[in-house]
Amino acid sequence: MFLETKHLTKQFGGLVAVNNVDFSIEKGKINAIIGPNGAGKSTFFNIISGLHPSSSGQVIFKGKDITKLPSNKIAKLGVARTFQTTHLFEQSTVLDNVIVGHRLRTKSNLLDAVLRTKRFWTEEQKCREKAIEVLDFVGLTHAAHKMADSITQEEKKRVAFALALATDPEVVFLDEPAAGINPDETEGLALLMEKMVQKGITVCLIEHKMQMIMKISDKIMVLNHGEKIAEGTPEEIMGNQTVIEAYLGGSVSA
Amino acid sequence: MQAFLNQKTITAAFILLAVAFPILTQNNYFIYIVTLSFIWMIGVYGLNLLAGYTGYLSLAHAGFFAVGAYSLGILTVKAGINYWAALVLACLITSFIGLLIGLIALRTKEHFFAIYTLCVGYILYLVIYNWESITGGVRGLIGIPAPSNIGPISFQNPLSQYYLVLFFLLFTILMMYRIVHSLSGRTFIAIRNSEELAQTIGISTMKNKLVVLVLSTFFAGLAGALYASFIRFIGPDIGYITITFDLLMYLLVGGIGTLAGPIVGTLLLVWVSQYLQFLQDYRMLIFGPLLTLIIIFYPRGIVGAIYSWKMKLGKKAKRTSDRGKSSGHDKGTGSMAEKKVEEG
Amino acid sequence: MELLVQQLFNGLTVGSVYSLVALGLTLVYGILHIPNFAHGALYMLGGYVTLTMMLLWGLNYWLAIVISILVIGLLGVLMERLVFHPLRKAPPIHDKIAAIGILLFLEALAQLIWGADYRTMSTPYGQVINIFGITFTMQRILINVGAIFVMVMLYLFLKKTFVGSAIIAMSQNREGAHLVGINTNKVAMLTFMISGGLAAIAASLSAPINLVFPGMGHLVVLKAFVIIILGGMGSIPGAIVGGYILGFTESLGATYISNDYKDLIAFLLLVIILSIKPQGLFAKGGH
Repeated sequence: MFLETKHLTKQFGGLVAVNNVDFSIEKGKINAIIGPNGAGKSTFFNIISGLHPSSSGQVIFKGKDITKLPSNKIAKLGVARTFQTTHLFEQSTVLDNVIVGHRLRTKSNLLDAVLRTKRFWTEEQKCREKAIEVLDFVGLTHAAHKMADSITQEEKKRVAFALALATDPEVVFLDEPAAGINPDETEGLALLMEKMVQKGITVCLIEHKMQMIMKISDKIMVLNHGEKIAEGTPEEIMGNQTVIEAYLGGSVSA
Repeated sequence: MQAFLNQKTITAAFILLAVAFPILTQNNYFIYIVTLSFIWMIGVYGLNLLAGYTGYLSLAHAGFFAVGAYSLGILTVKAGINYWAALVLACLITSFIGLLIGLIALRTKEHFFAIYTLCVGYILYLVIYNWESITGGVRGLIGIPAPSNIGPISFQNPLSQYYLVLFFLLFTILMMYRIVHSLSGRTFIAIRNSEELAQTIGISTMKNKLVVLVLSTFFAGLAGALYASFIRFIGPDIGYITITFDLLMYLLVGGIGTLAGPIVGTLLLVWVSQYLQFLQDYRMLIFGPLLTLIIIFYPRGIVGAIYSWKMKLGKKAKRTSDRGKSSGHDKGTGSMAEKKVEEG
Repeated sequence: MELLVQQLFNGLTVGSVYSLVALGLTLVYGILHIPNFAHGALYMLGGYVTLTMMLLWGLNYWLAIVISILVIGLLGVLMERLVFHPLRKAPPIHDKIAAIGILLFLEALAQLIWGADYRTMSTPYGQVINIFGITFTMQRILINVGAIFVMVMLYLFLKKTFVGSAIIAMSQNREGAHLVGINTNKVAMLTFMISGGLAAIAASLSAPINLVFPGMGHLVVLKAFVIIILGGMGSIPGAIVGGYILGFTESLGATYISNDYKDLIAFLLLVIILSIKPQGLFAKGGH
């Protein structure tokens, strides 16, 4: 098993945001999580990436229990994620924003910085090269030296991808990557996700844009009120009666 | 490349001017004022690393400044320790207290951190004020020695003290430059932008914030210790909130989160204060609204305003010229040049 | 025993003042999520305005308080409009610094107008009464009764009037309040008005047993911050209960531990609370 959750549950006060979810992410595939608003999708991501502690249940990554690990340690193991909105340092260039993404693979500390040691120079160079590489991968070479506040919404999404990729992940969790961009741009991001998979990076995403999901995903899980109501291939999900009811009965926001 | 040449020349000019200043003015009072501003600058740099680059507004820095000053005072006056050993110890004591406070304070965020540190600052003040047997209470400590001689160099006169403080200031700036322009610096900025994001790209935020707080208090302590040996008398007032506000104001007017900000802000405000001497306690009538207006209209102070102005010019220029060479290369040589300038 | 009762009464009195100040702070925090560091300046000016009305115009104590409430309330509104409103979308560090700027300005202004001296405020209620061998001054009784009266009125206003419930609604959910047609701008201004008014009442009631001076707000407002962290930032009952808890703790601490360090109690309390619960005592779980 690559990455799986076992009976994962999260309660906020009396509210159950994620309820007893078993899910396994298939390596080298595009996995999607869908569901109406408030179904607990983002919370599910937050638990896996270690931002929120789970109330009960486990997250297992490559046979290792990562449930209790802090998010920075989880990132080091090769689990990256993006957020719905990425806060970039706007008075700086795109490249400068992405360089820090590879920080977790470096060892140089404050003393190296102050003394400008050899390790400092090699690692600075290493992070810079990594940033250039991932920016090229996401197709932003042309924008690398632009100020972060001057790029488009779609470019910002790609920067978020680049930042996640700079951590050298094995699996990337994307939280609504296509929110707020137009259909053409969505198409472009879908291609990028497929490119990531080709490169050997497993993708797991939350998305509301059904057309895209059905087209690119290999496996879909449907959450409703924090519970898993269905799981399967796009074809299976589209024909699933419970899913259709959940979408029609609940808020039709998808 | 031109921008970096520019930066290099400005740095060189600043150092030259600072070195030549006493010879140019020959006025002991001016030398006194500028020495004092240099001391403040060191403290402001400490605050800048924490509030400007890491996004944690500490309102306890006057307290740390006072801890540095009192440590030096007590160690030299009451314990009779050698001045230089006392100076090092004073910085270490302050950083250690910073570490202890940070372990708890840094678990809090935003408003809680600001309120928490405000209270910590007040506790430090109250302890200094009330712990008469050690600190001299409201009467303060007198007879703090000037720095003791190093070989043939004596620090008894204003001129040599000026150069000593300048040395420490340049040391501080060099440290800050190297920290900010490094992976560590980028890490701090990432924490400021979004702590959650920083964590999910593998940064241990707590560890980094603690390092910053310790460094930040180290410089606050250094500034305090230098202040004590320069003024030779300290009272509990140096730990009061008003001093924190002064430091913050210097930082904000100059430009929070910029490297040149502390110099610009401190020099300008200390200089302006001299002309507003007649206002004495009422100077806040002008500085209070100034602080508020700056934060509304120029959130990155004078230096930030100049940056964005330059940026606009740069954009226009860029449209006409070809896209520049790899800026990675530029940056490397730029910081090399800077290094040479600052070490030379 | 008598000493204990006396100290408990003192604690109640001090707690009343703290609660009123903390209420103003917590209301503003609930609506705008600003820790208003300038609140201490409002408190201080509240004391000065009342004092001036009484000395300069020879006004009656109560009339002077009413004017003070109005003046300080308007000052609060002005602050919201000129400073906090423009900064509502700025990074979180900015509004705090702006508040500090206002605080410095108002303190310097007070010093310019009234000087740095400590002033005493006379009160028509200077009598001392004796109940069961324990002496109470009328002014202290007045502080307690007055504070409780104000709290009851505030409670009724927030619960029973439309405007009051708008304030509650907005403190719970700003966007939601906006969506259901509440004019969030007006509510913000009103909240600052009430906050300033409460500060003026607290200062005017307590000034006769304390002193009036430019720095009089420092400690009080710092403690008010401790209280609202203790009681939950934005919580109204929390501010009241927290105020009294701190009042009692302090007056007992001053008697049985150390008078010199009594001001430290509040801050040590805060250090302990935040060490255990970094989000404050009553933080909502998760996000």
